[in-house]
Amino acid sequence: MTQTLSAHAATANANGKVPSPGPAHPHGAARPIVTLDHVTKRFPGVVANDRVSFDLWPGEVHVLLGENGAGKSTLVGMLSGLQLPDEGGVLIDGHEQRISSPARALELGIGTVFQHSMLVPSLSVVDNMALGGRWWSRPDREGLARKMAAVCADIGVTIDPNAKVGSLSLGEQQQVEIVRALMRGSRVLILDEATAMLTPKGADDLGALMGRLVKLGIAVVFITHKLNEALAFGHRITVLRLGRRVDEISPERLSALGPAAATAEIIRLMFGADAAAQATASHPRRAPSSQPLLQIEGLAVEDDSVPVAGIDLDVSPGEIVGIAGIDGNGQKQFAEAVAGQRRLAAGRIRLGGQAIERLDVGGRRRLGLRYVTDDRLGEGTVGTFPISLNLLLKQVGEAPFWRHGIEQPEAIAAHARRMVGEFDVRTPGIETAIGKLSGGNIQKALLARELSGKARAVIFAKPTYGLDVQNIRATRQRIREAADRGLAVILISTDLEEVLELADRIAVMSRGRVVGMVDNDAAARNRVGELMSGATP
Amino acid sequence: MSDTTEIAAPEIGSDALLAPRGGAWRERAHLLVLALGPVIGAVLLSGLVLLALGVNPVAYYGYVVERGLLNPYGLQATLTRMGPLLLIAAGLIVAFRAGIWNLGGDGQFLLSAVIVAALGPLLAPYLPVWLVLVIGLVVGAMVGAAWSVLPALLKAYQGVNEIITTLMMTFLGVSLANVLVKLFFRDPATTVPQTRTLIVADRLPRLFDTTISSGLIIGLVAIIVVHLVMTRTAFGLKLRIVGANPRAAIHAGLSVPALTVATFAISAALAGLAGAVEIMGVQGNVRADWNPAYSLTVVPLVFLARFNGFASIAFVFLFSVLSIGGESAARRTGVPNFFTLVVVAILLVMLGITEYLDQRRRAAGK
Repeated sequence: MTQTLSAHAATANANGKVPSPGPAHPHGAARPIVTLDHVTKRFPGVVANDRVSFDLWPGEVHVLLGENGAGKSTLVGMLSGLQLPDEGGVLIDGHEQRISSPARALELGIGTVFQHSMLVPSLSVVDNMALGGRWWSRPDREGLARKMAAVCADIGVTIDPNAKVGSLSLGEQQQVEIVRALMRGSRVLILDEATAMLTPKGADDLGALMGRLVKLGIAVVFITHKLNEALAFGHRITVLRLGRRVDEISPERLSALGPAAATAEIIRLMFGADAAAQATASHPRRAPSSQPLLQIEGLAVEDDSVPVAGIDLDVSPGEIVGIAGIDGNGQKQFAEAVAGQRRLAAGRIRLGGQAIERLDVGGRRRLGLRYVTDDRLGEGTVGTFPISLNLLLKQVGEAPFWRHGIEQPEAIAAHARRMVGEFDVRTPGIETAIGKLSGGNIQKALLARELSGKARAVIFAKPTYGLDVQNIRATRQRIREAADRGLAVILISTDLEEVLELADRIAVMSRGRVVGMVDNDAAARNRVGELMSGATP
Repeated sequence: MSDTTEIAAPEIGSDALLAPRGGAWRERAHLLVLALGPVIGAVLLSGLVLLALGVNPVAYYGYVVERGLLNPYGLQATLTRMGPLLLIAAGLIVAFRAGIWNLGGDGQFLLSAVIVAALGPLLAPYLPVWLVLVIGLVVGAMVGAAWSVLPALLKAYQGVNEIITTLMMTFLGVSLANVLVKLFFRDPATTVPQTRTLIVADRLPRLFDTTISSGLIIGLVAIIVVHLVMTRTAFGLKLRIVGANPRAAIHAGLSVPALTVATFAISAALAGLAGAVEIMGVQGNVRADWNPAYSLTVVPLVFLARFNGFASIAFVFLFSVLSIGGESAARRTGVPNFFTLVVVAILLVMLGITEYLDQRRRAAGK
C-alpha cells in the first residue's frame, strides 16, 4: 500500500493528472477516534464554524478542503487545543472531552504539525525532541535518539538526530515534527497546510509518508488548498464553506467517482455550481508579434545561495513568457534584479529600446516596468498601513497625491476608491489596515497597484501562491488581460499547470540559469518536465 | 485603530490618535483610558511606597501640585523645564517612528550643551545677543547630529544594532563632555570645575513678564512641526514605511540607508538643540559631572504618548510638574530627590500592565 500511494503521488505531479486514490483502508475500529459533534465557534462578527460535524477514523487520511476563511483553521484550532468550541462537543474514543490546551490535546493523542515550523533552528534534532521535558532533568539524548530511530524505522524516514534543524530542508523539518508528535504518542496527526511551503518533490514525499502513517493505524487530518493533493493523498474528503460543512465524500464514493468527476464534484461543493463550469473553460491566446519590448541580456546576480548568471530573455508586447522551475532556483533573484531591488553583477536590460539597468526601482517603474512580488505581506505591503497608502507605496511624494511633499487626502482617497472598485478588493473601507484583509484581497490590491497607470512590462512572481481557487482564477484572468492590453509579461511560477495555461513560451530555470526555452504547444509539458528534472543540463 | 501588539513598538508609523474617523469617539475615550489609567495607577502605587517610607502621600502630592502647578513661580519653572524635554521628545518621535532606536540622546545633549556653553561667553562680547543665540542653537544642533554620525553609518550600511552603538556613544559623549569641561573649557575664575557662565542678559529671552524661557516656544514649535511632518508629508510617510517594514521600503524603491542617516541626523540634531536651549535658557554654564539624563527619561513619556506629538506635550507637561514639584516636595518631606524617577518607573510598569490587559481584552473579542 505504501508503494502504491507513493507511486500515485509521483504520477500525480509528473503528469499533472490526478489518479484515483487507492482503495480505502478498512476501518480498524468500528468507531472514529475523534468526533466533532455539531461544534460552533463564533468570533466577533463571524461564525467561523457553524454546527460542524466531523469524524476521524483510524487508518485514514481525512482531507479538509475549503477556501480561505472557510473555517479550516478554526476547526484545527479546536482539535489541537488552541480554541474551545462555543457549542457542541468533542468525543474522543466515544467519550466527551474538553481539549483546553495544546498540552491536553497531546495527552489525548492529538498532535499538530503547523504550516510554519515550531522547531528551534539553532538546536539539533534530538535537542528539539528534548524540549518540553522537565527543566531540572538532564535530557537523555541517547535514549531519545534510540526512540527516534525506532519511530523513524516504523514510518520509513531517515533523520540524523545530530543534525542542526536549521540545516534541514523544510520537508525534513516537517518529518522531524511528525516524528516528534508520534514519539509523544499521537494517534491523530493534524497536518495544517503542510505542503504549502514544500517543493513538489517534498509534497510527494509527504504524501507517501502519510500513506505509511495510516498503515500503522494513525488518523491523519490533512489540510490543503490543492485539489490534486487532496485526491492523491486523501481517503475521505470533507469540504467546508463559509463555516459550514458542505459535504463529506466517503472513501467508497471517492473511488466510485474517479478523479475527473471527483474534481468537478469538489469544486462544485467548494464554490457552488457555476464555478465548476468555469474552471474547465480554456482560454485560447492570440499570437503576439512585433519587436520585443523587454530585452534582458546576459543578466547575472551575485547571491550567496543561488547566484544567477547568463539570463537572456526577450518579451514582446502582448506576450506571456513563463518561467518554470522548482522554487529557489534563482527566480526571485532574477525578478528582483530586473525590478531594480538588487544590484546586477552583469548584463543589460532594455525596455522599449531604452537601457534601464542603471535606474533605480522608481525610475524603472516610471518607465512602465512593474513587479508583483510573491511576498505580499513581507515586502509587498506595510500591513499596519491603510489600503489607500499601500496602493501608493511606490509613488510616495508624486503628484497629484502629494503636492510639495504635503499629503493630499482627497486625491489619495479618490484613487483608492477607484482602485478598490476596479479591482474588486473586498474591504470594509479604504482606511482599513491592509494586513487585516485576506490573502486574495491583498493580492488584488497589489495587482491594482502594479497594473494601473502606464504599465508596459510586468513581472509576476508566483501570483497565485497561497490563494484559493476563486482568487487564483481572478488573478490568472488579470494576467491574461494584461497581456491582451499589449503588456510584456513575465510569469514566474512553480505551478506547472499555471505556466502551461497562461504562457506563450516557457523558460525553465534551474540553479540560477535558464536551462531551456520551449514554445507552449502540445509537447511543452513533457519538454518542460524533462528540463525541470535536469535531463538537459 | 491602535492595534498595539507589544510595548516595544506601539503602532510605529500609524497615526492612531490623529486620524479622525467615523464613530471615533468611543475609540478616543478608550485611548484616553489607556493613557490615563496607568497615570492614576502609578500615583496610587507611588503613594503606597511613600506610606511605606513613613511619608504622608497626600502631603507629598500636595507639595508636588502646589510647587509644580499652582504656585506661579513653580508653574513657570515647570514650563521652562518643558522646552528641552519637548525638543528631545520631538527627536525621539522622528527616530522611533522610523524604527530607529536612538537611545544616545544624552550624549548628544550633553556634548552640545558643553560646546554651546563654551561658545556663548566667548562670542557674547563681540556679537549682538540674537546672533550669539542663533549661532548657539545651530552649533548645538550640529554637534548633536555629529555625535550620531557613527551609529548612523554603521546602522545604514552595516546593519549594526543602533541601540548598542548609540548607548555606547552616550558613554563616550558624557565622558568627553566632562573632559572638555575639566581640561579645556574650565572657567579659571571659579574653584569648582565648570564652564564660564553666560550672563542672564545674553540668554534666551523670557516670555513677557515671567521667568519662562522662550525655549518652551522652540520646543512646542519643534514637536508640532515634527508631528505634522511625520503624519502629513511624503517625507514623514517614507520614514514611517522604513520603520514599519524596511523590506517593503526596499521593494518600493526607497533609499533605506539615506533615510536612516537622515533620521539619525534629525533626531540627534533635536537632542543637540535641546542641549543648547537648556544652557542658553536655563543653566548658563555646565558644571563638571552634570548630566540630567533627560533623554532616557523622556523615552517612556514618548512611548506613553504612542509617538503622538500632541500627547507627548501633555506627558512632558505632567512629567515637568512632577519633577519641579518633586524637587521641593522632596526637600520638605525628606524623600530623596530621585523619587520622581520612582514615580516614572512605576508609571512604566503600569503602562506595561495596561497594554497587557488591553491585549487580553482584544483577544477575548471585547
